[in-house]
Amino acid sequence: MALIEIRDLKIHYPIRSGFWNRVTDHVLAVDGVNFDIEEGETYGLIGESGSGKSTIGKAIVGLEPVTSGHIFYKGEDITKASNRKRLKYNKDVQMIFQDSLSSLNPRKRIEDIIAEPIRNFSNLTPTEERKRVQELLDIVGMPSDAMYKYPHEFSGGQRQRIGVARAVATNPKLIIADEPVSALDLSVQAQVLNFMKRIQQEYNISYLFISHDLGVVKHMCKEMSIMHRGRFVEIGSKADIYNDPRHIYTKRLLSAIPDVKPADREANREHRKAIEAEFRDEENRYYDQNGRVYDLQQISQSHWAALPELKKDGEA
Amino acid sequence: MEKPEDLLLDIQHLHTAFRVGDDFYDAVDDVNLTLRKDEILAIVGESGSGKSTLATSIIGLHNPLNTKVTGDILYNNLNLVGLNEPIYNRIRGNDIGMIFQDPLAALNPLMRIGDQIAETLVYHTKMTKEQRDARVLELLAQVGIPNPQRTFRQYPHELSGGMRQRIVIAIAIACKPPIIIADEPTTALDVTIQAQILDLLRDIQKETHSGIILITHDLGVVAETADRVAVMYAGQMVELGTAQDVFAHPTHPYTRSLLRSMPQADADDDELHVIQGVVPSLKNMQMTGCRFAERIPWVPETAHEATPTMHEVGPDHFVQCTCYKTFHFQDEDATQSEG
Repeated sequence: MALIEIRDLKIHYPIRSGFWNRVTDHVLAVDGVNFDIEEGETYGLIGESGSGKSTIGKAIVGLEPVTSGHIFYKGEDITKASNRKRLKYNKDVQMIFQDSLSSLNPRKRIEDIIAEPIRNFSNLTPTEERKRVQELLDIVGMPSDAMYKYPHEFSGGQRQRIGVARAVATNPKLIIADEPVSALDLSVQAQVLNFMKRIQQEYNISYLFISHDLGVVKHMCKEMSIMHRGRFVEIGSKADIYNDPRHIYTKRLLSAIPDVKPADREANREHRKAIEAEFRDEENRYYDQNGRVYDLQQISQSHWAALPELKKDGEA
Repeated sequence: MEKPEDLLLDIQHLHTAFRVGDDFYDAVDDVNLTLRKDEILAIVGESGSGKSTLATSIIGLHNPLNTKVTGDILYNNLNLVGLNEPIYNRIRGNDIGMIFQDPLAALNPLMRIGDQIAETLVYHTKMTKEQRDARVLELLAQVGIPNPQRTFRQYPHELSGGMRQRIVIAIAIACKPPIIIADEPTTALDVTIQAQILDLLRDIQKETHSGIILITHDLGVVAETADRVAVMYAGQMVELGTAQDVFAHPTHPYTRSLLRSMPQADADDDELHVIQGVVPSLKNMQMTGCRFAERIPWVPETAHEATPTMHEVGPDHFVQCTCYKTFHFQDEDATQSEG
């Protein structure tokens, strides 16, 4: 059984308008998604801005009310608050945010920032607590005098590592990492990604890795899904998505990744132009009349894509 | 080597120093660089490397009270360093166009798109209103706005991020400047939009034969668009060469380390390469010797030069300091990389 199972998750925001301010329509931020996160694995969620990927992450931690659908944690539905409490869910699921500066309280010292989740969930004496904070700083490779400093005294990469230390403070089972490295420089990004991997191996943590950077997702994840307009357009293993993309939107995303070989530049550009043209001409074929992504069709054991024509084959 | 008529900008011994307390610290330290006609020159580096400061020095956006710019930036026999403001204002927009990172911040939210683009034309040309409007519509079409007539009357908030960046590009190229500076033009955009904007920049460059300085931290963007690349580290230029050379034969230890720390498409679950230490801050920068030395401590001190200079390692390919000759990664065999 998977650690987290998400079934038909929907998150809709009401649009209010008119004199009475009545609900006239809904924004379908997340509209019926299903996926599982296995224990100790990293699941990648890829999409452009506005695709709803962060909303899913927030819904899993419980920061976003779910409109309908279920999130099962170890087989129990945690969209109910009572279950969440009984399972110590909030202790087991933590989050790393994109912007490290705004996610750390500027008026607290690092010691208090990292100790906050510990204080919430366990009763430790001040000496034990300090020892634990010390351990956590060691794990993310920070010097121990960092404890008495404030967030502004650190660089972006160090702050993001403090964010990682805070997230692992309660020995969580799952960490939602919402664009954890997109604000970082290349060399610092490498550091943070290495730490995340090392911690995963040591403590058997699962990650939900939310990102728009296909290169980083490829490095981190085995399983992944591509999101567009609040729905999944394609789910698959790394090989499925990168070597055999089926949906036009996935192809378009992949063709847009800049390559580091200047010699292939013109070929890439031609390829990209061709995909863009196909996207323009065939957009209607891949989305229904309301611009909604079709339901997923199974292609292989690990590979699903939201294709319309397979459905017709199935009916015939 | 370089024909003088192809030379657009000639930057010689440029220093840009910022005031911290009572002292001045060099954010750009002795950069020598030329921009030629008909090329895209990428300046790549991490945050704090001084790449944006270099750009703002060229266009003269620094407050003279807190900044000291010395050296020469020669454009058409005119030295832009220390130029007086009225003359500078005639050059900005007319001869040098600038594209900023955040299109929403760069546009005036209270002005219609058409009027904003026309503003540059009002300042620099003697066009009549009709001529200006015609030119604006032409520009909107050139940057790939689907319905120029309608966009002409819209406000910035009505457009998507990619469309806004197209407007900023239209403003930058309105007076057909021979030099365009693009400071992280695609950092705030999604990958698919990024690809479109980069294609657009290349198309414009080919049409107008202008020289573009593209400032970015993204090596992928550089590889896709640039003709020549300047790699900056801690205020200094460490490597300069054609994109082909720099990516196929990276030579300076910093360039090699950076390329190695990228998540590679074909590499599998391996750990990423990490460069030891951090980029030094302005105040902690060591003023003598090779600035990258402290991040590659296993390289003996004798490998570095006391005062690093640029060495030619191939046609049009320059590298700072001598440490590239013996440099090897810690996990590599030393003899291998020397051969």
